Parts: sequence; structure tokens; C-alpha cells
Amino acid sequence: MKQSIREALPGLDLVLGWEQGWDALHATPLFIRKAEDVDRLILGPTCVQSLAVQLPSLKGKKVGIVVKGCDSRAVVQLLRERLLDRAEIILFGFGCDGVVSLKRLTKVLGDLDSVTSVKKTDDRLVVESPDGRREAAFDDVCAPKCLDCAWPNAVESDHFAGPRLEPRPPAESKTALERFEEKSLDERFAFWKREMERCIRCYACRNACPMCVCRDKCLAVSRNSKFVSQEANPSESFMFQLIHVMHLAGRCVSCGECERACPMDIPLGLLRAQSTAVTEELFHEQAGTDPEAPLPLLTFKTDEETIEERD
Amino acid sequence: MPASPGVDSGNELRILGFLCNWCSYGGADSAGVARLEQPTDLRIIRTPCTGRIDPLFIVRALINGADGVLVSGCHPGDCHYVEGNFHARRRLETLKRILPVTGINPDRFMYTWVSASESGRWQEVVREFTARIHTLGPAPRMSDTLTETLAAEGLPMQATNGVK
Ligand code: SF4
Ligand code: SF4
Ligand code: SF4
Repeated sequence: MKQSIREALPGLDLVLGWEQGWDALHATPLFIRKAEDVDRLILGPTCVQSLAVQLPSLKGKKVGIVVKGCDSRAVVQLLRERLLDRAEIILFGFGCDGVVSLKRLTKVLGDLDSVTSVKKTDDRLVVESPDGRREAAFDDVCAPKCLDCAWPNAVESDHFAGPRLEPRPPAESKTALERFEEKSLDERFAFWKREMERCIRCYACRNACPMCVCRDKCLAVSRNSKFVSQEANPSESFMFQLIHVMHLAGRCVSCGECERACPMDIPLGLLRAQSTAVTEELFHEQAGTDPEAPLPLLTFKTDEETIEERD
Repeated sequence: MPASPGVDSGNELRILGFLCNWCSYGGADSAGVARLEQPTDLRIIRTPCTGRIDPLFIVRALINGADGVLVSGCHPGDCHYVEGNFHARRRLETLKRILPVTGINPDRFMYTWVSASESGRWQEVVREFTARIHTLGPAPRMSDTLTETLAAEGLPMQATNGVK
């Protein structure tokens, strides 16, 4: 990987990757501009955040980006929506065998201070810190999306490093959405009411989303918003969530960044999972897998096989 | 048989209808002209085309306390703008199927197609949908609006956004 970045670097303005953050548990974005920056690049279970979120704002520059499977889906979807120019992007892909969820890890191992090393060995995660060595089953501490990741390898890449991996067999236990669906409609509504009472409207869920590209023109923050007011209450927060969900329908690449970024630990993935399931069921396709496919909600069929006629 | 719902019986619910100007609004109009009896719960918003209806209009209505939302346009193939309702169909169906995860009963939202000449069909649609919403009863609310909160606390409503 490092070798191919070094070789491509002279033709690029910058390459996006990850480097170690303030401790071994945290990786932080790395902007590679010079050959010596390449040495700081790391790849592994701590390289969690999607760097693709940076790309639309770098349009016009020639940018390289290091991508896991799910990150590459975001890039492919952005290409598909003509929000990026393929000629300006160089993809450094690899096969990813999962990343850590800091929330789940803390639940299993307790608070982790000044971690000095994080290693994944087969199906365990080993964490060392001055307090000693702790380990957990990887499936218990990985990001939920990794449990049944269907796209571990970069979907599209100009350079691919390392072996290609087999997709994970779907997790046997029920998905979070399936468990949620066991509740009645009233219980679900009450659930969101409680969750939305905790929402602080920080918009981290939106800002972390690689497919949210309107940025400061977002419907939700316009000075004279027609859809959501600045009032702080559960229904306005929920309205904002549903704006996000509807604007991502057929576009969400299930990267889980929205839920990961939420400081209030609100299970936003449930809403996205439903939208993904629905659009896959209706349009038989997955976002971010084919850069040329038309966008399902910008096209139609005169006879829709999947939609019951209502006359 | 219970009294037909509506303003006279004092059990009116809030139902919003987004109607396409060219077909369903015409259908509702001719139903009115023909004096076909209809429940009074429906408040009609006339739109240029169902293709103009952002699914978020429906979400906003449901979150703001509408007990039901009805969308009606021209039959597929009959759109004044040729393909507006084809686009609408995909969006509205997507929304309808996403609603269950929110806990908002998807039965509170219905979309259908009624042409300008189908006044009888319009009457049927409104009757059936209104009856369905009355079976479901008033929709649960996620929170009071600012106006309601202020009213409950006996405070005056202040102008916001420059709008009095
Ligand atoms: S979802 Fe797949 S590609 Fe993405 S981090 Fe998890 S295992 Fe890697
Ligand atoms: S909505 Fe969430 S899961 Fe979907 S693309 Fe955006 S950040 Fe990723
Ligand atoms: S990140 Fe969480 S707290 Fe912040 S706006 Fe989104 S849902 Fe609300």
C-alpha cells in the first residue's frame, strides 16, 4: 500500500489515509502531501472513520484515498451521482476484516486509558495499556456493520493492497432492525420519543455522513427553514432525522458513520437499515456498488413490478 | 350505525389531502358540484402535480399532528406532465414502507389515483380513508409544538422569523 501511494504521490495533490491518534485505540485522518508523510499511514481495526466524507469538498483537486469496502461504496455512490469526477480520484483499496466500535469495546472491557497497542489476532482483539493486557472476542467489539459485511474489499480501486477477503456470512442472530420490529408501532413511537428527547441537534450524524453533500445548504439549517424549526423538542429532532433518512433513501451505503458519530448514542442505524431494506426490496439494487447505474429515485418504470397498483 | 364522522358530530380528525391540480382536485371538485356527500375531516392542499409532493410534506404533516394524510393524483399514464406521477409513485411507496420503523402507523398515509371525471370514486376514497383514520383514532404526538407549550403555560406567543 505504502509503495503504491509513494509512486502515485507526484501526480496527486494529496492522499487521504489514517494515522495513529493520541493513543493506539484512536486513528485520525492523515493528509499525505509529501513522501515522508506516507510512513505515518496505518491500516487496521482502528481505522474506523470514512474518509470519503472529505471528497466532495476537494473537488477540482487530484486526490488519492485509502478505502475499506464500505468507504469505497461511498466513493462509488458519489461517482454515480456525478458529485465526483473519476479522473480526479485515485482509489487505494484493500480487503478489510472489520473495525472496532469504541462504544462496544468500552462496554466489554470498561474504560480504556492511554492504550499502547491494539492487535487483532484471528477472532480476538487484544488491547494493551499501562493497566495491563485485556482482550475480547472481536465480534463483541467490532462495529455492528462488520458483523455481516458483504463488501469487505474495495468495490472499485486503482491499486489494491493485500489479499481479497471473503464476505462475512450473515450473522446468525437477528439484526437490530429485526429485534426492533418485534415491538408494536406504539412502542416504536415511544422509543423514538425517548431517544429524540436526548438528541442535542449537534448534527454530527449528518456531518459524518459521506453521502450528505448539501453541507451549509442543508434543508435543516437554513435560516428560514420550511421543514424544521430551531425549536428544541423531540418532534423537531425526529423531523430532522427523517429528512436525513428520506434524503438518503436509495443512496445510504450503510457505513454506519451517522450512528458512530452520535455523541448521545442514539441508534440511528435502525432508521437507515429500514430505508436500505426498503429501497433494496423495491429497486433490487444496493447503493454504492455500480458507478454507472441510474439512481432509483430519479427514474421509474411505467409498470413497477414491486409496487402494487393503487387504483 | 355510528354518526358519520365530521364537524357536526364533533369528532372530526385532522386529515390532510395533497391533490394534483389536474386530476384529483378536479375529481373532488366535480364530486362537490354533484353534491356527493363526503366527510368533512379532509383539508385539501392543491399541488401542481403529485411529482411536486416532497415525501417530507407528508412526514412534516404526520409529525405536526395530522391524523392522516391522503395523496391523490392522475392515474399512471395520464399525468399532465407525462411522468410526474411515475416519479411520485416510487417516492411515496418508499416513504410508506419506511414509516413502520418510525412507529407512525403507515395506514395513516395513503396514496391513490383519481381522475377528474371520477367523482364517485373520489367520494369512495375519501369515505374509506376517513373511516380508516377514525378507526385508528387521533395520532400519538411526539411533542407539543411551541404554540401549545406556551399556551399550556399561559404565555403569549412571540413573533418568530419575523412572522406575526
Ligand atoms: S463494514 Fe466491512 S469494509 Fe466496512 S469496516 Fe466493517 S468489515 Fe470493513
Ligand atoms: S446515513 Fe449513515 S449509514 Fe447511511 S451513508 Fe450516511 S452515515 Fe452512512
Ligand atoms: S448526532 Fe445524535 S445528538 Fe447529534 S443531531 Fe444527530 S441524533 Fe442528535
